[in-house]
Amino acid sequence: MKKEKTMKLSLPTEELMGSGHLACQGCAATLAMRYVLKALGQKTALCIPACCWSVIDGPFPHSSLGVPIFHCAFETAASSASGLKAGLEMVGDMETTVVAWAGDGGTFDIGIQALSGAAERNDDIIYICYDNEAYMNTGIQRSSATPYGAWTTTTPVKHFKNRPKKDIDAIMAAHRIPYQATANTSYPEDLFKKAKKAKEIKGTRFLHIYTPCPTGWKSRPEDTVKLGRMAVQNCIFPLYEVENGEKYTLNIKPREKKPVNDYFRLQGRFRHLKEEHLKFIQAEVDHSWERLLKLAEPK
Amino acid sequence: MKKVIMGNHALSWGAQLGRAQVIAAYPITPQTQVVELLSEMCANKTLDAKFIKVESEHSAMAACIAASIAGARTFTATSSQGLTLMHELLHWASGGRNPVVMGNINRAMAPGWSIWTDQNDSLSQRDTGWIQFYCSSNQEVVDTVIQAFRVSEAVMIPSMVILDAFALSHTYEVVDIPDQEKVDAFLPPFNPPIRLTPTAPHAFGGLTSPEHYFELRYKLQKDMEKVPDLVEQTGREYEKMFGRYLGQVEDYRCEDAELIFVTSGTAGYTARVGVDQLRQEGVKAGNLRIKMFRPFPFAKVREILTKAGKVAVVDRNISYGHHGVFYQEVKSALYGRDHNVPLFGYITGLGGRDITPEIYKEIAQLTLAKDKPEEDITWIGVKR
Ligand SMILES: Cc1ncc(C[n+]2csc(CCOP(=O)(O)OP(=O)(O)O)c2C)c(N)n1
Ligand SMILES: [Mg+2]
Repeated sequence: MKKEKTMKLSLPTEELMGSGHLACQGCAATLAMRYVLKALGQKTALCIPACCWSVIDGPFPHSSLGVPIFHCAFETAASSASGLKAGLEMVGDMETTVVAWAGDGGTFDIGIQALSGAAERNDDIIYICYDNEAYMNTGIQRSSATPYGAWTTTTPVKHFKNRPKKDIDAIMAAHRIPYQATANTSYPEDLFKKAKKAKEIKGTRFLHIYTPCPTGWKSRPEDTVKLGRMAVQNCIFPLYEVENGEKYTLNIKPREKKPVNDYFRLQGRFRHLKEEHLKFIQAEVDHSWERLLKLAEPK
Repeated sequence: MKKVIMGNHALSWGAQLGRAQVIAAYPITPQTQVVELLSEMCANKTLDAKFIKVESEHSAMAACIAASIAGARTFTATSSQGLTLMHELLHWASGGRNPVVMGNINRAMAPGWSIWTDQNDSLSQRDTGWIQFYCSSNQEVVDTVIQAFRVSEAVMIPSMVILDAFALSHTYEVVDIPDQEKVDAFLPPFNPPIRLTPTAPHAFGGLTSPEHYFELRYKLQKDMEKVPDLVEQTGREYEKMFGRYLGQVEDYRCEDAELIFVTSGTAGYTARVGVDQLRQEGVKAGNLRIKMFRPFPFAKVREILTKAGKVAVVDRNISYGHHGVFYQEVKSALYGRDHNVPLFGYITGLGGRDITPEIYKEIAQLTLAKDKPEEDITWIGVKR
């Protein structure tokens, strides 16, 4: 008899996120949640501020997650998580992993003060930012995570965003928190591993997850995973970890660094960009990549 | 145990005796000593609490709310700019039914920077769904904090315990500090009917359609309406154990009064001196100090004021484009009833200008000179 071939799964099959959520087709933010919860397990509590995910989870009295959620105010993901952790410990629960789960707007912009405060205190929370590079919940307005050149409803084509994306990872590194990492839903094993690692560390941990948004990026839902791969291969969104703000580890170094053009072509939000803009962007990406390589050089 | 302590420390003592479990606070003049003493209490382990030294009042309230959802008893304190920075989260605490207890020192709002007292900071939070207690002595502060935990946790509505800047926050008085064991008997540990835990995962405060939202707010109001009776009961129970009664209002020589002042905070304490002096001069004055402003003590106010010849409401606050806030509230309590007490509105003492017994004499004179008020705001002591 022929021996049956079995596939070895790289992620646990246990699901803490059910179907019936309210996300758009091709939403990577849902993948991010699904993978992260696989890593963190059921003893997890989420603080979710205003963002797509405050809708995705489902309306009262429904929830698509098997973990408790505190839906908190837009700018309070970090401070709510700090409070929740303290509260749980005071009632005898020392175990639960408390996670602040916020969008890029809630992290880079309105929530950065609370995040900085929690990180400086090294409160025992995992802060996770899923980054779709704009305020998507309110209908695609620019955030400080929106990349140079992008169209949004507040950066119309004639006045596209002319400042680079804020380097939130450098900001977090400057807080010298024990652990931080960038991750990407197109690299689920890497994301899973980082979430697991974060869970085992005490203090403030920060995960920055790149999550394509077909609705806001004007991309095809079926390109979500592809875009995520491209962003790593062309070094627009490199995957790396930082420990104590100092020890940089590059997780994926593309064998051959791809040009940015193809990535831009798949997204309607960049359609207006001319050759000269793309050249400028390529130079910026190269520059950032070189800088990161230096930081990650063995010392 | 009797101790001479300042008003701010009375708040800290209240929080310690109430066994607050999570404290998150940010310093602001004239509240600073509240958090300083609490830091010490936590460091010395006389209080077993986690003190989160947040980077803003906004985060302080957010942290308290989240800790409360986890089932912990929470306390914070602030003042003026800090309180108003929290505004969004004040709605969050009441809407989420989180019985946070907070001290607020009444300080006038900038600009012009002021650190002195008036009530516009807390009164402009009146529609946020918080219970509000205004205090006039340090003893009352300690007693009120302890009772606020009881009342708040019974109805799952947050409470604010309010002190005048300097006039109370920095005034030293003898305070009878209740015994911890007796307080423990009066105030059992916080045990909310539902709390956030992975053991029974729920989503708190998610998207709420018109199908459900209305009822949530209806329930908040219905529970607010239970507070006056609850404060009476709790107050009587506290009185039995500690010998001091704390109710919704304090009426002083109102029985036969031809003129009743309506006051709050420390100005309500001074008013008693004014009343005594007026009585010596043959004017039958009385004072109704409103201790609980939210929910408004309609029944008490009606019961006491309808016996008066005239009523003079003294406001250390103003609702711009309207009148003094207590004046509005008393008017709305009395409107549409059979009786028709002439109601006079006075605004004085904004930004910490002193309210003295002489001011009450002036107000009495002005009120007694007229049959009916000719204006809704009579300004006392303003330089024009
Ligand atoms: C104080 C406050 N300001 C504005 C809003 C409106 N608002 C809700 S979600 C949102 C944008 C969220 O963007 P982001 O954090 O990037 O998450 P996304 O929606 O993209 O998932 C805004 C502006 C709010 N809820 N609260
Ligand atoms: Mg976003």
